[in-house]
Amino acid sequence: MTAGAFVWRPWAVLGALALAALASVAFLGVDFATLFGRDSVRQMAEFARGFAPPDASPEFLGRTLVGAAETLAISAVGTLLAALGGMLLALPAAGRWGRWLRPPARLVLNVLRSIPELVWAVFMVLAAGLGPFAGCLALAVHTAGVLGRLFAETLENAPPEPAGALRGAGSSATLAFLYGTLPVVLPQFTSYVLYRWEYNIRMAAVLGFVGAGGLGQMLYVSLSVFKTHEAATLLLAMIAMVSLVDLLSAWLRRFLGRSGA
Amino acid sequence: MPVGATALAPRDPALPARIALAAVLLVLLWPALELTGFDPRKLFETGNLQVMGRFLGTFFPPALGADFLGLVLRSALETLALATAGMALAIALAVPLSLAVAESLSVSRIGPSRGAWLRRLLRAPLRLLLVVMRSIPEIVWALLFVRAVGLGPAAGILAIAINYAGMLGKVYFEIYEAGDTRPARAVLEAGGGRLHAFFYGILPVSLPELVSYTVYRWECAIRASVVMGFVGAGGLGQQMELSMRMLEGGEVATMLLAFFVLVMLADGISALLRKVLT
Repeated sequence: MTAGAFVWRPWAVLGALALAALASVAFLGVDFATLFGRDSVRQMAEFARGFAPPDASPEFLGRTLVGAAETLAISAVGTLLAALGGMLLALPAAGRWGRWLRPPARLVLNVLRSIPELVWAVFMVLAAGLGPFAGCLALAVHTAGVLGRLFAETLENAPPEPAGALRGAGSSATLAFLYGTLPVVLPQFTSYVLYRWEYNIRMAAVLGFVGAGGLGQMLYVSLSVFKTHEAATLLLAMIAMVSLVDLLSAWLRRFLGRSGA
Repeated sequence: MPVGATALAPRDPALPARIALAAVLLVLLWPALELTGFDPRKLFETGNLQVMGRFLGTFFPPALGADFLGLVLRSALETLALATAGMALAIALAVPLSLAVAESLSVSRIGPSRGAWLRRLLRAPLRLLLVVMRSIPEIVWALLFVRAVGLGPAAGILAIAINYAGMLGKVYFEIYEAGDTRPARAVLEAGGGRLHAFFYGILPVSLPELVSYTVYRWECAIRASVVMGFVGAGGLGQQMELSMRMLEGGEVATMLLAFFVLVMLADGISALLRKVLT
């Protein structure tokens, strides 16, 4: 950057954002003076104080632990189902089952992916009843869309030569895929699935807000009946779980990176 | 088929190993399946099938009444506005926080100074604050704020502001540290303070990256705002939740379409803005 050359573009974008923010506040008609006024702030502080101390009775801690395990299970089962479903959809979406299956498979993936998990969760609660199973299905459907697209891209970018050589030597299409293509794409697939699992653990914690089980459902219920001490414990459990997953995945990534993967 | 093919590889030689691996995985997964009440039969129970069938049947045609379209438009604009206002508040919170925790702006970096340990001690709780702000998901903040300030967009704005300030604060200070920190150090060595070092040493180098990340987050905030409405924090999500509870498939279909348009619009604007930056 030459001296004196003023960088105006970022400032212009910032200016546009500021204008948009002003327009937004005007449109919403939220009265910030009242919102941040003394009464409102005191009310919020009182609300916040109501959370202390967290409920630390062994009975409730046990239930929290079960809730956390349930959340973890929802994310694991949901992600695994999604990996299977994503794989099944990625094959046609990458044009492996003929040219004419490609566009419809892509469309299905796009629809699955663009509907947010929480909307899927409301659907699934209707279809499978309240509880963690609905959460599993919601995560599975949305994540299948995400993973399917990533898988399809990986498949399309995989070198065709190994599979081609096997086909040329007379092996069947399935075997050529298993020995020519799968070993090439598997590391990439695994890393996508792990990354998505990490994301889904967070998601599974909030799906419960619409009745899909786990810590989220417990938090929603305890806030609804004003058991704020219980809610505090659940919030702490959520923070602990998310931080733990963060640490673990950072460590795992460093470990995998060092082993030359 | 070539003659040797069947003789050489009649079937997958690794098939037993693959089946064994799948079986082991299934056994390991069994407790998780138990815990989630995994039972596909539930999907085909007549009660559930009926409700779902009736609901899906009403999806087409989408509701296109003038009144309803007006409502959808208003809700979509509300979502856009609350995401933008929340972002503005988040930036206002994140900039001072990130400045306070940035090591490269610390006067104590250029040598021993009095009270350095005290300032380091003060920085630790600020970092913790950022961690707490970002590790509670925005929709949980929204649920809490709906209880604290009532239903409506105000709760959504506050939720976005808190959660995104935590994220922006962390990334901002990572960007300061990742860039060339020598100019900042030079300013500090010449006797400048923290703010001088920031405005003359760091901002000129890292501003494009900071703005680009902020624009990307604004795009995320719009998606998040739609979902936040499900707990009553205003916007399109709140309307969608209502329609879903009443099993009004046509209305849900229209609002899902509106949601796609909104997200594509945000994608487009954000891509455009980021192109301007580079």
